[in-house]
Amino acid sequence: MILLEPREQPSRLLAVLSPVVAIALMLFAGAIMLAAMGQPPLQALYVYFFQPVHELWFYLVRPEERAMWIYTPSEVLVKAIPLALIGAGLTICFRANVWNIGAAGQYTLGAIFGGAAALYGPEGSPWLTLPLYLAAGAFGGLLWAAIPALLRTRFNANEILVSLMLTYVATLLLDWLVRGPWKSPTSFGFPVSADFTDSYLLPVLVQGTRLHLGLILAIVIAVALALMMARTLRGFRVRVIGAAPRAGAFAGFSQSGTIWFVLLLSGGLAGLAGAIEVSATIGKLQPEISASYGFTAIIVAFLGRLNPAGALLGALILAISYIGGENAQILLKLPKNVTGIFQGMLLFFLLACDTLIRYRIRWTSASAGAA
Amino acid sequence: MEPFLISMMIAATPFLFAGMGELVAERSGVLNLGVEGMMLMGAVAAFAVSWSTGNSTLAILTGAFAGGLMALIFCVIALSLLANQAATGLALTIFGVGASGLIGQNFVGEALEPLQKLTIPVMSDSTMLGRVLFAHDGMVYLALVMAAAVAWFLSLSRAGLELRAVGDSHTSAHALGLPVIRIRYAATIFGGAMAGLGGAYLSLAYTPLWGENMTNGRGWIALALEVFATWRPWRLVAGAYLFATVTQLQFYGQNWGWPIPAQFLAMAPYLATVVALVIISRDIGLTKANAPACIGQPFRAER
Amino acid sequence: MDTPAGQTALFEARDVSKLFGTFAANDKVSLVVQRGEKHALLGENGAGKSTLVKMMYGVMQPTSGQFFWRSQQVTIPKPAAAREMGIGMVFQHFSVFDALNVAENIALALPPQSMRGLSDSIAEVSEAYGLAIDPERAVHTLSVGEKQRVEIIRCLLQSPQLLIMDEPTSVLTPQETQILFSTLNKLAEDGCAILYISHKLEEVKTLCDTATILRHGKLVAHCDPGKSSAREMAELMVGDNIANLARNGATQPGDARLEITDLTLPADGDFGTALDRISLKVHAGEIVGIAGIAGEGQPELMDALTGERLAGTPATIRMDGAPLGRAGPTDRRAAGAAFVPEERNGHAAISDLTLSENVILAHHTAEGVAGGGWIDFGKAADWTRRIREAFDVRAGDENPAAGSLSGGNLQKFVVGREILRKPGVLIVSQPTWGVDAGAAAVIRQALIDLAWDGAAVLVISQDLEEVFAICDRIAVIYHGTLSSAKPAAEMTAETVGLLMAGGTLAEDAA
Repeated sequence: MILLEPREQPSRLLAVLSPVVAIALMLFAGAIMLAAMGQPPLQALYVYFFQPVHELWFYLVRPEERAMWIYTPSEVLVKAIPLALIGAGLTICFRANVWNIGAAGQYTLGAIFGGAAALYGPEGSPWLTLPLYLAAGAFGGLLWAAIPALLRTRFNANEILVSLMLTYVATLLLDWLVRGPWKSPTSFGFPVSADFTDSYLLPVLVQGTRLHLGLILAIVIAVALALMMARTLRGFRVRVIGAAPRAGAFAGFSQSGTIWFVLLLSGGLAGLAGAIEVSATIGKLQPEISASYGFTAIIVAFLGRLNPAGALLGALILAISYIGGENAQILLKLPKNVTGIFQGMLLFFLLACDTLIRYRIRWTSASAGAA
Repeated sequence: MEPFLISMMIAATPFLFAGMGELVAERSGVLNLGVEGMMLMGAVAAFAVSWSTGNSTLAILTGAFAGGLMALIFCVIALSLLANQAATGLALTIFGVGASGLIGQNFVGEALEPLQKLTIPVMSDSTMLGRVLFAHDGMVYLALVMAAAVAWFLSLSRAGLELRAVGDSHTSAHALGLPVIRIRYAATIFGGAMAGLGGAYLSLAYTPLWGENMTNGRGWIALALEVFATWRPWRLVAGAYLFATVTQLQFYGQNWGWPIPAQFLAMAPYLATVVALVIISRDIGLTKANAPACIGQPFRAER
Repeated sequence: MDTPAGQTALFEARDVSKLFGTFAANDKVSLVVQRGEKHALLGENGAGKSTLVKMMYGVMQPTSGQFFWRSQQVTIPKPAAAREMGIGMVFQHFSVFDALNVAENIALALPPQSMRGLSDSIAEVSEAYGLAIDPERAVHTLSVGEKQRVEIIRCLLQSPQLLIMDEPTSVLTPQETQILFSTLNKLAEDGCAILYISHKLEEVKTLCDTATILRHGKLVAHCDPGKSSAREMAELMVGDNIANLARNGATQPGDARLEITDLTLPADGDFGTALDRISLKVHAGEIVGIAGIAGEGQPELMDALTGERLAGTPATIRMDGAPLGRAGPTDRRAAGAAFVPEERNGHAAISDLTLSENVILAHHTAEGVAGGGWIDFGKAADWTRRIREAFDVRAGDENPAAGSLSGGNLQKFVVGREILRKPGVLIVSQPTWGVDAGAAAVIRQALIDLAWDGAAVLVISQDLEEVFAICDRIAVIYHGTLSSAKPAAEMTAETVGLLMAGGTLAEDAA
């Protein structure tokens, strides 16, 4: 029987070690699952997780062959950008004990608003159009997150359910737009919008890859948020409201103010991610825009220990799993759902390992005492 | 109107199953956000068994089993290892979506015979009321029987009293010697099995097909149903029928010539859920008085 | 233990120890209870009394040692086993279920049976022992004293031979305490032994035949309360010579620094208490105490005073003349007020945060620890050091998590955090609840010294002994109303008890 004994202080060592152990457990469980599916486990794991890293290694140590090895690492970064943006915002939200599960919907609204700017906004120099585009995207996500914020602070409605319901609404809205009012006249029946004009496309940073400006935004924003949480009174407020709202009231902090702040922040970042992703990887609007990043970002946040800077690392790891998954589809004929299973397992193991931070585990014989 | 009412009875069934199950779990103090994932696993497991063996009873049982198994994972992590219940439930959903997608990929597009309808001679055919109420498959009636059973269990049985006590104050329950964790395991696994049944009904009868993510948010709506019902069984039944009605609007609205685009009609259930949540939650006294006081809080016994 | 020849003891604990990690909550404790005996278990907060009885009731298991019931060795794996043997327990923090009614609450402690038969049994017992209660009532509507009756009836229905009572009178008025004592005496006459845990020595002297005294988890003495003086027993409990609080001679109180005028607030939800025209003035240099049993509006009053809940008009609460009734806590602190709420875990401090982070909680604006938005960690650390020194706060590291401190040390920290600001007005609720005697003495002395320096101090406390020990004037809160504050010298425990139960003093009655 498992007995949990509380530690006097949370273990700092295990707070850092826990994600590592969780990843190891995920790999182990994944290997078993792959073997059960008739795949050679070690090879499959290599393709999923280690090949992208391996190619990055080659890129770094073989400068003459850079052009050959650049593709995978750049793709990993491209995938990591929206994950990092949304994930960083979610870390702040979760720290405040506000569970924004609807980031996927805010992402979609960001894409819609950005799309509106790209399709109907002014033409001009990218110095003008890009900030407009990004601001529109952030605003869209922020607006969509304002709904759960309002309903929670005014009416005490659970933000998990409200933000989730709005995710479905957002997807349907996008669907209607691209099949209806925004449907491109030249699309031959495909439900897509017109292409975005060039000035609304995010500039590429490295020739020959899709790695775009969003990388810089993601890094800057994550670092800024990490600083905010560690050094400012505003960040302290978020932590206090999340840990003990009554103590927050005692300190003079407004709980509803904090709820608004974290929801608007994470919604705005999710919206920004949506706009960025659509512009950088698709170049137009269509029904399927990878809004599921909004859910994967939840795992990113936990993997990053609910720290915005940690979310960068978490995003990288999950991006690797996505790219690995795509490679596995091609090379090993493995279905893409396997990636989702890996990600779900990772979160399970992470939560289980996190127990060790606060408790020591002792094994005792079942006869010691009542249940 | 008649086809609409018939389909409403059918559409309410998954909500009834999943909602009742989660109600029991929440009354014991456990908040399991993984209902969507458990329903999907139930749906895919039931479909797979029915497609391979043709035995619908076996398929239904497998669906319940799959949901219960998922709930067991939740229990180990959230109840025994004291992980955050909200995060664990989310993990369950993410995992359930992925796992069900994987298991179901061979079945996409395959069709099944829908569950057999039970009929009572004369009554089932002759009147509209008869056709609406008395010509459904067994699971529609099972859902209502389960609802009554849960209501009885909670208010009139000793075990139900203990379960309510655990949800009200787990420290007091523990001090009196009630096995808190064991009761919560049982309640949560029951909730999972019921969610599995709800999912199984979707893939066996509602649309006898498998599609990825076919629950389409019903699990989340089932969670909202608890709040809407202020955790009372009979109100949950009313809520299930209400939401079922709203979900059917998207199909019948077009037939009835409503000039609203299909996507907006499809938004109806989700928006209705939000509205229902606001209406109930704004009365803080009501929710505080009825919500199980310990819901979502981890419990560790001092020994 | 000397037992009269030929009579076996009812219950014996022999060399019982309970270890939590390396901490010994009980260290080889031995105890003998005779049939029909009223046996006190004495010790200050943290001495190990609750731990011992929890083991006797099967809620916890001893690390080593044995229990004997009528000379047979027994193990008590769970409460049902204890109940079967004949041990009943009335907990300090009631194990009642607010959402259920009285009959359901009682049924849960008994083996499954028909509810109708149960209602009859409840009526029988309640009559026999003078504990009036209605089985159909929802427990959350009961007063604290009534909830305790539910606990007692719950035990009595199992015909216990040993009834354990853990600090039963900490929530009762003096009059309700009398009723309880007559119930207990009757029980003892009927052959039921009582194990009575308390730190209230006068009560123990009135009620009990014999006493066992614990200190720091160890057994230190047995005595006969009838023969020992309260002072002797207190010294055995605490060990050192008890420090007397140094009170300087009565001074003339200065200007009113805290003025509450007609404070009225509606109840916050079903379970709260409304405040009704509360008026009070606290002057510079005086300590005013608000006595009252739990649940009469103290947390609501505290919230209104800290600013966590806003009053109707600004003038309702004045501090040094400034109308702050609708100001938040930060503004009130800027005006020179300081607060120590009742709950140190989760309200006054956050257990997961470090001590210096907990300093930021109260001092971020008023003391400039985070003025301008950026946290000055150096200043916070500095404050932490000063508080720890001045109040002798003992903890493992230099800056540990607040949750790792003992109750007494955390309370000293939380009180010290406020007092070192040299506030003009200090409002503190339950200053020494759950705190060991040493820390309690430090805290009370600090309050006295602060008042001596010219501050106005308001103490809300359920501990009558404490109120009489440090307060110059006393008022009583009951159902959200406040009696007028009278000089402590003019009041007795009896008159205060009367007010606590809702009566009025002769001279106040119209």
